[in-house]
Amino acid sequence: MREGATRRGFLMRGLAGIGTLALAGCDAVSQPAWVDPLLRSAEALTKRVQRLFAGDHALAQEFTKADIAPSFRANGTLDPGTAEYRAHAQKNFADWNVTVGGLVQHPLSLSIAQLRKMPSRTQITRHDCVEGWSCIGEWTGTPMAQILALAGVKPNAKYVVFYCADPMSDSDGDGVNDSDFYYESLDLVEATHPQTILAYNLNGQPLAIEHGAPVRIRAERQLGYKQPKYVKDIVVVDSLEKIGGGKGGYWEDQGYNWWGGI
Amino acid sequence: MTIASEPANDHASGSVGGRLLNFLKYGANSDPDAPKVPFYRHPVFVRVTHWTNVVVLTVMLMSGLQIFNAHSALYWGAQSDFEHPWISMTAQQNDDGSLKGVTKIGPWHFDTTGWLGASKVDGQWAVRGFPAWATIPGPQWLAMGRLWHFFFAWLFVANGVIFASLAVYSGHFRRDLKPRGSDITGLPTEIVHHAKLQFPKGEAAKAYNPLQRLTYFTVIFVIAPLIVLTGLTMSPTMDAAFPFLPWIFGGRQSARTIHFLCAFSFVLFFVVHIVMVVLSGTWNNIRSMITGRYEIEEGGHA
Repeated sequence: MREGATRRGFLMRGLAGIGTLALAGCDAVSQPAWVDPLLRSAEALTKRVQRLFAGDHALAQEFTKADIAPSFRANGTLDPGTAEYRAHAQKNFADWNVTVGGLVQHPLSLSIAQLRKMPSRTQITRHDCVEGWSCIGEWTGTPMAQILALAGVKPNAKYVVFYCADPMSDSDGDGVNDSDFYYESLDLVEATHPQTILAYNLNGQPLAIEHGAPVRIRAERQLGYKQPKYVKDIVVVDSLEKIGGGKGGYWEDQGYNWWGGI
Repeated sequence: MTIASEPANDHASGSVGGRLLNFLKYGANSDPDAPKVPFYRHPVFVRVTHWTNVVVLTVMLMSGLQIFNAHSALYWGAQSDFEHPWISMTAQQNDDGSLKGVTKIGPWHFDTTGWLGASKVDGQWAVRGFPAWATIPGPQWLAMGRLWHFFFAWLFVANGVIFASLAVYSGHFRRDLKPRGSDITGLPTEIVHHAKLQFPKGEAAKAYNPLQRLTYFTVIFVIAPLIVLTGLTMSPTMDAAFPFLPWIFGGRQSARTIHFLCAFSFVLFFVVHIVMVVLSGTWNNIRSMITGRYEIEEGGHA
């Protein structure tokens, strides 16, 4: 029995871990330097054509309650694990504030209670992971368009950057991640899309830690990595160049496309 | 039906080397001494798009397997029922720590160690669906696999559109590719001819035979569009733009499955195609796809 359990555990880790291994492989592999930029040149074309067809407002398919997955798969960070996050979790995120700053008229600091009091949107949608799998869940949250309207986006704004509480690297080698915090970005079209929400409920329950408690982004026309969990600070900017590795997100800095619509 | 001319004695047709050379040039049922007539077989657009496709489809297939490896299981429906993929490639750890690759199709489990589920990458055992020699890049690297796939996808579509437009415009489609009623009725005879390696000669060799027409039509005008559409269906933005896409394929995960099955239909086609090229005259066929010149042996069906 124990061996069976170990095997099963290994199997699950194998399937789940492949995505992570994929990214670790980046440094190990070499190919001519001109290959990457050449291949990457297709991204702008793909984005432009997909936007042409989808427009700014075409909605992702919404499903019925009957379609909801019995267990929504959690992926990426399952628990940020930092002392600060643990303290927030213990207080049920009562002191968690989402700040909105950067190129806005009125910087905001919103508690989870305040977010829950704002008009909300509930949507049953399909989550598509870059690894290839899909899962259907019911998300409730505050539309980002509303939050951004409240803050008053300045005319030169282009992107919305989300800074998160989950560290992705282990700087001191103690087996616990402590640095390199997750971040992501959407352009204004995607950030203000009607289905882009700062979600606090999954299937009618407050987000579990593995799903990004207390709030995560849902951007339903994008892949999973574009929908960050554990969102703390939202910053409106006109360029992604000077942020993180300059590519607009944690996975983007590891080589993934910024355009996550495909 | 013309009768092949008398064998001439000055040919090395009787020797093993001569017969092998003749097989490589003209295939399995060629008479080395029969006169050959040159025939301009493939127009330039067919040749260019054909070889472009060889490169593009190879990259698409191998980078596609790289992407598949990120989650080496397939499902039917809109979403993934993780406990019940219809096919999955997984790994188990043996007691000595080595890996065992297991491929599961429905209730059946196969030990596919070294091939599927677990195989060596740079001498190290790794958990991976398809082995490193079949993927671009070799080691597990999803981001780069996606870059290759989505760049070459544009080339695949462009090449396909160019081919289809010129095929219709030039009459190649109507003349050579469009299936006709007689292709179906003639199919049993054609299969017998193929099985006996009796390839057309003379006038009959100037047109595709019914089996070729049906195969090329299906591969080019059914499977290729299908693989593009199922590929697009996996894109969440395209699903928002065209909600009928996931609807016609029965959901995103079904589309992923059909995409994979189409890719393997291509692989099956490559295998049969290459076998037929070899059996019906490797050099004659390859030359006709490079320069256009094909040599037809006189006579009807052998």
